[in-house]
Parts: sequence; C-alpha cells; structure tokens
Amino acid sequence: MAKYLTRRGDGALIEMTSEEIMSDLEAGTADAADKGKIAPLSKDDLDILLDIFTNPTRFVSVEPGNEVVVTHDIGTLRVMGDQGNSGVGIPLSRVQGIQVHERAFCADTMELGHIDYSFKPVKPVIAMEQQEMENALLVTILPLFYGAMPNLGLYYSPDGPFGNPSDLLPAGKIQESYEAQEGAVEHAIRDMVYVCERLAEVGCDGINFDTTGAAGDTDFKATLHAVEHLKKNTDMCIEVGMAGEFVLGMHGGLEYEGQQLAGLYCHDQVKLVEQAGADIFGPVVNTKPSKNMPWNVARAVTFVKACVEASNIPIHVNMGMGVGGSPIFETPPIDSVSRASKAMVEIAKVDGL
Amino acid sequence: MGMSIAHGVAAGMGGIRTAGDLVARMQMARKMRINDAKAYVAKKLKVSPADLSDVHVMREVREELDLGIITSVPGCAKGIEAKVRIAELLDIEIAGVNRLKEKMKF
Repeated sequence: MAKYLTRRGDGALIEMTSEEIMSDLEAGTADAADKGKIAPLSKDDLDILLDIFTNPTRFVSVEPGNEVVVTHDIGTLRVMGDQGNSGVGIPLSRVQGIQVHERAFCADTMELGHIDYSFKPVKPVIAMEQQEMENALLVTILPLFYGAMPNLGLYYSPDGPFGNPSDLLPAGKIQESYEAQEGAVEHAIRDMVYVCERLAEVGCDGINFDTTGAAGDTDFKATLHAVEHLKKNTDMCIEVGMAGEFVLGMHGGLEYEGQQLAGLYCHDQVKLVEQAGADIFGPVVNTKPSKNMPWNVARAVTFVKACVEASNIPIHVNMGMGVGGSPIFETPPIDSVSRASKAMVEIAKVDGL
Repeated sequence: MGMSIAHGVAAGMGGIRTAGDLVARMQMARKMRINDAKAYVAKKLKVSPADLSDVHVMREVREELDLGIITSVPGCAKGIEAKVRIAELLDIEIAGVNRLKEKMKF
C-alpha cells in the first residue's frame, strides 16, 4: 500500500497511508468540533485535505487567483534578531529590514517593532520609535504596522509594580491576585494607548497587538479596551492577533461588554474584537507535537473556518511555528507550512495569513 | 524561509511586485474581506481580480499608473511619492500622505 511523507507535530518526518491520513483528519476535526462546540469539516473538505496531504510534491500552493494578504509579527527581528526571536543575526537597521521585506521578500504588509517587542518597554523610548517609523514611512510603499505584545506579565513582580498571580494564587491569596491583575489591566491600557497615540501622530498605518491573551484574560481585556479607545481617537487600522487557542482564566472573572473572557475560543473571541472596533483578527490554534500534521491541520482548519464564518472583519490566521497547522519547530519545514497555508486559504477561506 | 517566505510563496499576493499592498490597504482602511478588497482594487485598476496577483499584468499597470514598482528604476515613484498616488487611486486616507500634505503647506 502506498505511503506518503508527512510530519509529526514536532516536525519530524513520518510515513502514512491514505487511510491512516484520512482517519487522523477525521479525528482532528472531531476534536475541534468537540472542544469548540462547532461544526466538523464536511466530507468534501476532508477530501480536499486528503488531496493536499497525498500530493507527492515537496511544496504546494493555492490555485492562481486564490492568493491572500500576508501580515507579519515580530517586525524585522527575524532578520537582525537573535535566536530568542528566531532571528538570523544579520546586522541591518530596522528601516533596511523593512525595505528588504518589501523589495526582496515581496511582503504585502510589514511592521516595525522594538527589540523587546512589548508595549511597556517601548514607552520610555517612544521618541526613538516615532523617529524610526517616520523614516520607514518616507521610503516604503507597503502598509506599515507597529507591532508589540500587550504582555501583562511585565506588570507583575519582579518586573512590575503588582504582585505576581503565579505566586499569589498558590499561596491562597485569591483576592490579592484579583487586585494585582485588575491593577495590571489599568496600567497596560494606559501604556498601550500612550504608545499607539504617539505612533498615530507620525502617520503610522496600523497597530498589531501581537500574542494577545498571553497572560490570560487580563491581557485580552486590556487589549480590547485599548483598541476601543484607539478606534475612537485615531484613524489607524488595528489588528489583534492572539497568543493561544482559548483565553486562559488567570483571573477568571473578567468580562468585556458583559461577556466572560476566560475560556473563549477564536470564533467567540472575534466577536469581542470586532465589538471593540478592530479591523483585522488573527486567530490561533495550537499545534500538538505528539499528534501528526494531518490531525493538527484538520483541527486548526475546523476552528478557523468557524471563526471566518462568525466574523465580519478580515481574518488573518496566525501560522507561525507551533500554531495554525504549522509544526512546533523553530525552522519549520516548507512541505508542512505550505500544506497548512493552502488548507487555511482554500478550506477555511481566510482573508489573510 | 520556513515561515513567512513559505507562506508568501504558497498563498501570498506578492506585495508591490503585484497588488498585495493595494489589497491590504483596502482591508485596513475599510475592513473589507479578501474578495471584496480584490474586487474594489481590480475595478480601480481596470483589471480582473485574478490579474492582481499576476506579476506580468501588474508590473505594467504599476508602471503606467506610477504606483511604485519592485525593481529600482530611476524616475519611478518611490516611497511616499507612490503612496500619494495610491491614496488618490484607491480613494482612501493614508496617514503618512496626509502628514506630507500638511507639511507642504509652507
């Protein structure tokens, strides 16, 4: 019986028969349907996925005419950054890095980002960021975002003024943990609004709130309020990209417009992001390294398809290492990445990546 | 190569090599879904939506309309010069262009 090359969720090559692939495609979509309480993929969708995974070529792509817009995260750090940001350490300025993405990599959009890539440390160096944005806007044509993470972890001890919930909760200090997280939300909103408004002053096209929800429901709540403020007070486009497939309940009781945030999956997250006024949403579905890629891609496409159908704004699915049907591996194999890309565009019908 | 370039080659529009930046601008300015954004840009450029990712068509269109092109050709609109023309063509506000116009009131 013919066997096809595919990969485990950690990127390692494996061989599977078409029957084994179909069985795992069905199991992957069933898992998403069960966890998200959404519809599984249809038989037709699973057949398309089977075609993608049994295609013998190394690299696959969408059919001509089906191309979508690609937005980015991490700014130009993938070029000049260190391994911590999956960077390759080429000593270029950030403006040069943006020009390389525009003219050599043919990026549809690009972003500027601080070396730390969180909003809080940008605040004291905002004039530097404004200056860099001004220079980049003069010499480039493509739309330019400023990208950073809400990263509420920076507001807790030892990095910030509030007690750390990871210390307070195990010690049984529940009320103190609530107060620390609610204080962090207020500080983060203030910092994010300050930084973004200064960037709007110099003509920035858009803001990318990257890895939203990384510190749980506090992170998501702070971002939604910052987005709401920025859409009322600036003309910038706002993209909200998530950190994980559901919102962790680090606080548990936080709400936005009467909706509890903890536990929301992407098809429910997008409704709140839309309500806050954002223009583009980036859902995340985590890759399980112990499962294979047919299982992971079927699962990710099921979640994202439901998100696309629930949304009224463009969906740019997150497809970096370890999310969106890409393997958890720092230098992801292009056979896997291109298959996930094609599946997201032609089955989930995303508006961008 | 493994991530952003692989996605760009597998499914991306091609940036200023084609019309990726223009379609992105409509998603950003008007919250347009991909097919609506492509239809809008295609109508403005007087091409078909499928032409928007065809480098053979778009190279000529961008040169004719002076919207900025991927290779370095002396005399073609660069950077903010191209964005002034893009804002006019797509009938959208581009903040950097508005700032330039404000600064030119000397």
